[in-house]
Amino acid sequence: MKNLTTIICASVLLLSSCKTEFKHLEQVDGKRISVDSSIEEDSEITEFIAPYKQHLNETLDSPLSYNPSFLSKRDGDLNTAIGNLMADALMEQVNPIFRKNTGNSIDMVLLNHGGIRAEIPVGNVSTRTAYQIMPFENEVVIAELKGEKMLEMLDYLSKAKTAHPVSGIKIIADGSYMIKNATIKQQQISRDSTYFVATSDYLVGGGDNMKFFADPVSIHSSDYKIRNVMIDYFRKTDTIRSVIDDRYIRQ
Amino acid sequence: MKRRDFIQNTAAATALVSLGGLSALSFKPERQQITILHTNDVHSHIEAFGADAGRNANLGGVARRATLVEKIRRENPNTLLLDAGDIFQGTPYFNFYGGELEFKLMSMLKYDAATLGNHDFDNGIDGLYAQLPHAEFPFVISNYDFSNTIMDGKTDKFRTFTKDGIKIGVFGVGIELQGLVSNKLYKETEYLDPIEIATDMSRILKEEENCDLVICLSHLGYKYSSQKIGDIKLARATENIDLIIGGHTHTFLDKPTVETNKVGNHVLVNQVGCYGVYLGRVDFFFQNGKKSSADGVKLAV
Repeated sequence: MKNLTTIICASVLLLSSCKTEFKHLEQVDGKRISVDSSIEEDSEITEFIAPYKQHLNETLDSPLSYNPSFLSKRDGDLNTAIGNLMADALMEQVNPIFRKNTGNSIDMVLLNHGGIRAEIPVGNVSTRTAYQIMPFENEVVIAELKGEKMLEMLDYLSKAKTAHPVSGIKIIADGSYMIKNATIKQQQISRDSTYFVATSDYLVGGGDNMKFFADPVSIHSSDYKIRNVMIDYFRKTDTIRSVIDDRYIRQ
Repeated sequence: MKRRDFIQNTAAATALVSLGGLSALSFKPERQQITILHTNDVHSHIEAFGADAGRNANLGGVARRATLVEKIRRENPNTLLLDAGDIFQGTPYFNFYGGELEFKLMSMLKYDAATLGNHDFDNGIDGLYAQLPHAEFPFVISNYDFSNTIMDGKTDKFRTFTKDGIKIGVFGVGIELQGLVSNKLYKETEYLDPIEIATDMSRILKEEENCDLVICLSHLGYKYSSQKIGDIKLARATENIDLIIGGHTHTFLDKPTVETNKVGNHVLVNQVGCYGVYLGRVDFFFQNGKKSSADGVKLAV
């Protein structure tokens, strides 16, 4: 058999003398076997899986929306069309629920650029697209942050020099990424206010080193997976119109 | 390895002490082979990976695993097939069918036992409970107290199996769910200290159940740089475990790690990465009618 690594260990086991029958462990062999294409599939198992697979693929591939232009997280300086799509979809899907449950509104959305796991080619957009761009099970959470934590966030962004997806905030940086101006609902971010920031449970937990999410004023779970946000958004959107815009730019 | 080679190797091992005095015993020498096959962190990987899957390309797939397991069982019927948890979550099969297909396929492959991983709670403890009718194999977990949950009485602390006169005890330990899984998913599942429980379980299996072989199915993870308990720490801190089959950390070991337990005996720790791309195999060979007071492990890689 290929790819077979073997170790041989011989072991002599201590047994209590009161046993009438002695079973003496004299040798142990350990190895791992590669489950590769040299092994034929068990046809009974393949046939059993087939109807599940067919239903799954039909559902995954049934068109929900149409994408007229190639979307990649590599296209754009400090904002990308695909990042804007995800951050705006999250705002649009989650804000009404959050408002209904708490009476408050989401001020902004922040996701991470690294969390966009695929490109979206021109053509039909399906549930599979949502699984590809968001294979993880992360859920939307809303963290209420003090103004000073918001300033730490801006500092983080200026150092990251990365198109982390945002929505609801407008940020202008200078040529060397230092942030000159940041507004939410046309207002400067104030040290004395608190802000509701929708993000993922991964980032709130310290993912991507976003330490400003630590010790929030309050935290609200949504029970809404980011992938499902995208599926629901695609379902109600006939044609994707997201573009690179001026929400986070250098000038 | 041929038996003759083995004997030569053993003779060369300085750790072995003389087996003198045993010639007086007149048992008929008979060799028994117990084969342990294992998976961990399969994460709903029903189909094999495609050609574009990086290091996992063209590997895995339950239908191939079935062929492999069946072939090994034909060679040695005294085989156990075990899983160390995180059966759920990782492909749309789980999101679509909630784990039904995973359990049905494991039942068709005749798994003998599995333990629970943190991701097996991803649809909540109710989601796990709902899939139990599809599992024709027992779940062994000894350090989760399910008393105040819907899972109460649905798992076993351990199971024993007798194959060719060899009694094998299998118990399970799981990772602390707090901080890893949302509390609303695992509800009132109570986590108990894995070392304390594993000490108890392995003692019961060895001394009260008179098992010849004690296997721990663990979802604690291989090892951590922090204080967190992993399989290596567990192996060192206990005294009656022969083999720990691990999971959680997706550790790709090409051979089992040999550790030394609290009383100086050897424990094997194994884990085969994730997604069903490898099947782990450990063979134990027993010789009837011999008794020994020595402990030694010969490694011939």
